[in-house]
This record gives sequence, C-alpha cells and structure tokens, in this order.
Amino acid sequence: MGFTLPRSRFLILGGKAMKGYRKYFGKKILWFVITFIVALLLNFILPRLMPGDPVAAVTAKQAQGLSEASAVKAIYDNYAREFGTNKPMTEQFVTYMTNLFHGDMGTSFSQYPRKVSDIIGNAIGWTISLQLPAILIGWLLGNLLGALAAYIRKGFDKVLMPLTLFFSSIPAFGMAVILLVVFAINLKVAPISGGYGFDMIPNLSWNFVLSVIQHYQLPFWSIVIISIGGQAVGMRSMSIYELNADYVKYARFLGIKDRKIVGYVFRNAMLPQVTGLALSLGTMVGGALVAEIIFSYPGLGTTMYQGITMADYPLISGTTLIITVMVLIATFVLDIVYGFIDPRVKAAQFD
Amino acid sequence: MKNTIRQVFHSPKFVVGFCIFMAILLTMLIYPFINPGNPLKMIGLGTFAKPGTYVSLYDSVTTETSIFKLPDADAKRLDKFLSSEDRVSMVNWFTAVGIDISTLDITDTNALLSLWKANYDPALKPKGMTKAQRNYYNRLNDSLNAASTSDTLTVTEVDASSGETVEKAKIGVNDYVNVGNVANVKTLPLGTDNFGRDTLKELVAACGTSIEIGMIAGAVATIIGLLLGLLAGYLGGMVDDLIMFLTNIFTVIPSFVLLILINYSINQDQRGATTVALVIGLTSWVWTARSVRSQVISLRNRDHVNLSRLSGHSLPRIILTDILPYIASYVMMAFILQVSSGILAEAQLSLLGLGPKTTEVPTLGLMMNWAMLYSAHLNGSWWAYFPVIMVIAFISFSLNLMNTGLDQVFNPTLRD
Repeated sequence: MGFTLPRSRFLILGGKAMKGYRKYFGKKILWFVITFIVALLLNFILPRLMPGDPVAAVTAKQAQGLSEASAVKAIYDNYAREFGTNKPMTEQFVTYMTNLFHGDMGTSFSQYPRKVSDIIGNAIGWTISLQLPAILIGWLLGNLLGALAAYIRKGFDKVLMPLTLFFSSIPAFGMAVILLVVFAINLKVAPISGGYGFDMIPNLSWNFVLSVIQHYQLPFWSIVIISIGGQAVGMRSMSIYELNADYVKYARFLGIKDRKIVGYVFRNAMLPQVTGLALSLGTMVGGALVAEIIFSYPGLGTTMYQGITMADYPLISGTTLIITVMVLIATFVLDIVYGFIDPRVKAAQFD
Repeated sequence: MKNTIRQVFHSPKFVVGFCIFMAILLTMLIYPFINPGNPLKMIGLGTFAKPGTYVSLYDSVTTETSIFKLPDADAKRLDKFLSSEDRVSMVNWFTAVGIDISTLDITDTNALLSLWKANYDPALKPKGMTKAQRNYYNRLNDSLNAASTSDTLTVTEVDASSGETVEKAKIGVNDYVNVGNVANVKTLPLGTDNFGRDTLKELVAACGTSIEIGMIAGAVATIIGLLLGLLAGYLGGMVDDLIMFLTNIFTVIPSFVLLILINYSINQDQRGATTVALVIGLTSWVWTARSVRSQVISLRNRDHVNLSRLSGHSLPRIILTDILPYIASYVMMAFILQVSSGILAEAQLSLLGLGPKTTEVPTLGLMMNWAMLYSAHLNGSWWAYFPVIMVIAFISFSLNLMNTGLDQVFNPTLRD
C-alpha cells in the first residue's frame, strides 16, 4: 500500500505534464499553421498589390526587340493565361492554392520548359546541407566563445570581443568575397565557384564526393565566421548577466564548486540564446543566401538570383515561398526544442 | 538628461564607436570639397584602372625637362621592361639550345641580358621549337635591342595640310619632368571602377547614400515599432492581441523574403534610394514593437503613471511625459541597430539586383553589385570591392559598438 501513493501521484503528474506539453505544442502548431497561411497569402498578394500590370512588365522584358504587335500580344496572352491574371482575384487564389497543393509552382520562364518545383527540388538540398550545419556550428562556437569571454574576462575578453564584434559586422557576402579571394584565388587551396567540379556529373563516386567537400569549405566557413560573432556577443552579455545574479552569489556563499555553478549559469544563459537563434534565423538565412551567389553555389540563393536577373517571375515566387517555409519549419522545431529544455515552459502550463 | 549623456560618454565602447562613426561622417562631409564633382562621372575609358597617380603623357612631352644622370636608371628601366614571362622564356631558349644556365639568377637583369646578347642567334633553329615560337624570340630580341640602344625618342606630329610628319620633340633617356609642372596629373587613391569612375569619390558618395538609406529605414521602422509597441503595451486588450498577432507573424516570416517580393514588384525605374529605404523600414519594425511593448507593460502600472491617469491627463500626455522618457534609451538603441541592419539590407538587395536604380546615386550595395558583375574579385581589382566591404563593416561595427556601450550604461547588470 505504501508504494501506491507516490506511484499514482507520479502518474497523475506525468499525465499533467503531458497535458501541459500538449497545450504548449498545440499552441505552437496553431501559430505555425496561421503564419504559414499568412505567408502564402503574402506571397500571392504582394506582387499583385503593386500598381501596374506584372504580366505587361514580364512581356515587355521578354518581347524586347520584337516589333510585330501580334507576336507581343501572343506572348502577353500566353503569360496572362499562365498566371491567370485575366481572371478575378478570388479565382486566381483558388487556382494558386490548388496548384500549390499538387506541388505545382508553375513553369520557369528562363529554363523553359522546366517546372519551378523541379528546379527548386534540385537546389534545396544544397542550401539545407550548407546552411543548417553552418548556422548550428556557428551558433555553438559563438556561444562557447561568448561564455569563455564572460568567464575569463580580462585580456581574453578585451581583445577578443571587439575583434568578434568587428567580424560579425562584416556582411556575409563580404566575408564570402574575402575568403574567395584569399583562399581560392591567391592561395589556390579551394575551388572558385560551384557546388562540384564543372566537369562532373553528380553521382556517388569518391571523386565527386571529394569535389563536393572541397567546394563546400569556403561557403561553409564564411557563414560560420559571420554567425560566430553575433552569437558570441549575445552569449557574453547573457552570461555576465547570469554570473551577477543572486542565485550565483548564494551558491558561492553555500560553497558549491565553481565548476558546478558555471554549469548552471551557462545553462540559464543558453536559453535566451535558443530564442535568439529562432528570432534571428530569417536574417541569417537571408545573408547566407546572398553569400551563395558569390560562390555560384547551386542552392536556393543562386537560383533566386538567376530568377531575378532573368525576370523569371514563377521561379522567384517559388523560391521565396520555399525559403519562408524552411524558416518557418526551423523556427517551429526550435520552439519545440525550447519547450523541452526550459523548465519554466513546463511549469507555466500547470498554472 | 545632461547626466545621462555624460554617463554615456564615459563608456569606452560607446566613445570608440561614436568616434569611428563621426570620422566616417566627417570624411563624407569634407571629401566632396577636396574633390568636387559628380561622383558618377565616368572619367576613364576602360575598366578598373589601378590605384595610383596618373601623369598625362601628352602634357609631359611639352613640359620643361631637367636632366638627371641616375646610376641605376638603365637597370630599373630594363627591370620594368622585362616581364617575368619574358625572363622565363629567355631561360627556356637557353635550355633549348643547350647553354649552361646553372649559375644564372633569373632576377639579375644585367647577367641575363649579357648572356642573351652573347648567345642569341636568330638563325638558330632549336629542336622542337615551332616557327611561331622562333618569331616570338625574334620580336623579343628586337625589342630588347631597341630598349637598350636608343638614347632618344622622337615625338612627331602629322601636319594636317601636307600630311608630312613633323618633329615635335626629342625625349632623351636622361630627361625628367617635375610632376608638379605637368598640366594634368590625376591621383586616384582607389583607381577606377568598371565604368571608369573615380572609386574613392564614388565610395564617399555611396557611403553617404547608404547611411541616408539606413537612417530613413531606421526612422520609419522605429516610428512604426514605437507606435505599435506603445499602443499594444499601454492599451492592452484587443488592440494588444491584434498587434501582437501581427508582430508574431512578421517575426517568423523573414523580412528578407518580403523585401525581395516587394522590391521585385516595384519597377526598376521607380525604385529610388528613398523608396528602397522606406520598404526596408516597413519590413523591419517588428523588433522595436516587441521590445517597446514589453517595456511599456512593465511601466503601465507604476505609481507615477497611475497618478497621472487619476489626475485626468490625456493619453498623449501620459505617453509623452510618463512613458516615453523611460523607454527613450531602448528606442535609441533599437534605432541604432535598425540603421545598421538597414544599410546591410540595402547592400544585400542590391547584390541580388533589387537595389535602387543605378543611374542616380551610388550606394555601397550597388558598388558591390557592379564590382561582382564585372568579376572584380576574379581579376584582382581589389580596390573595387574591398574598400566597400570594409566601409560597410566599419559603419555597422561602429553602430554595434555604440549599441553595446549604451546597453552597458542602461543595464547596470551588464557592466564590466
């Protein structure tokens, strides 16, 4: 009988905790869905809100040098049909949504007759495998450096922090250009552009993998170096803030070992950094996408750039949507992770 | 107020950042007086002239000369004349005809030349050498002879009426002109860009436009964010819910994507610097709104605000006198960060080809964009892109330093 009470209490608590988490995650999922819908709406409405006829603009760009009016008219009609701009707004939206639902984002102008979803499908893997590890590693290294700077202070802090702040002030594309010039052109230790050797066909041979790894280095490090700086500065202030907190003084007073206190302090300082990462993800991804262009890395950034220079409207619209969805999903995942690591989230759900 | 400012200027970080920023601003203000004129004027034909001082060849012919006999003049001339490729091909010739060159130092011009003069024979046909290669060596030999024998160059002019060439001037090997006496000398500290514009002049003007874009974007974002934050925080209830709904959504949707979509929809010829700045401002108010709201919520129920409310003061007055002064420092900090991110946003947009139109004003992003389009980074024209990157870095570095300094002044827990 003696064992039943704590056990049942544990069960009740467990059930409550689960319910708490369910409430937290339910809320997060709801937000995710709402934001997703708004993003879709914006992607649809923003270009159509602008004064002027987008189809006319596209036609003008495509029909440069054509003097025959009927040919221009044919191009115009074709694009009007493709976009459905000759139909009312609501009907356009329904077609847009049904097409999207079937994974159809239209046909690219510049790489006709390739489908936009096909082009993006090829690019997305490159971008994710470049940016996800780079941003995560930059974040981890930055936090480590910031925590060290806060803990050691003195010379380390005085020299390193202004330096990190300066490095984080260099825009991602600038860092990309500098790395490119130093390592690829002057030292010739890395390839200049692309995601793999220009003379290769993607396959799973050693040569190809090696080439991919070589081409990966410069874009990867340019993103890492940039993100280290910002994170380190944030982590340093958070850690200093926590190191000055009352519980640290109390713990020192109790004679708890320094190492143990530091562990607590950095765990607490990390939490805002996770939120910070979630909030700054969009900016970081944006910067990294522009850096891709410098290396002509075959990811979404370069694809989008091609779309812009070629006035390929469906391609731009498709890439922006995919980038938004990627950032949304990443933020959502971070929110979920945060829910697990922050004890306060659990506690808050009991109230 | 005075005390706060004094406190702010005691923070070393703020002072360093402030000084860098002021130095940039001062350069921007003063440089146009030193080097006036339209920064977008294409002064050079051809792309990417190297940094340095350019002396008019035409004018120096007619400039009064002085004669100097400098001992190392010949050697220097030959050094410049013989490119490293020429030296290598000379050595190749020696090996092809089987001359011992084990003791030869390729950088020693005199030794190389005397060996060449002693051994070169145009009639020789080394094994495996094509006719084109032999012709190349003939030309090299001719030009070497010309360079080391002629003591004077004659400048001639074609007479327009008779068509005869008339001797205009003789230039001796020991003639020098004083650069100060030559009518046209142009110093280009950063060379020219791909259009042949003076890069430094353009950079200074671009820096001004970019800071202006940053300021406008920052001001717009701060005003919108401040208004929304104040309303949400102070009024609460439905207004708060609605504003927070918007804010939460726009926090997650990357402003980068919105910027691309909006800027792409505005036609290139309507996209002035101000328009781009406004669009950047319109998409980046979220942070300010968030932090202002949380500050206002913590202020809303303070005694002095309640007292003001009980005294029947109007909403604008309460906000202006009881709330704004308390959040002014946060707003200032947010503004500084917005300026910095506005400059960066413009640069990124321009790199994507969605920046301001190119014909009116130079901006840092546009300069970067053109340098990249003309592959300045691949052909070694560092002056076209590196100063631009450094200027962007220094502007945002100074702003970030100022921000960190302010943060430490207003949050005592962060102080060193």
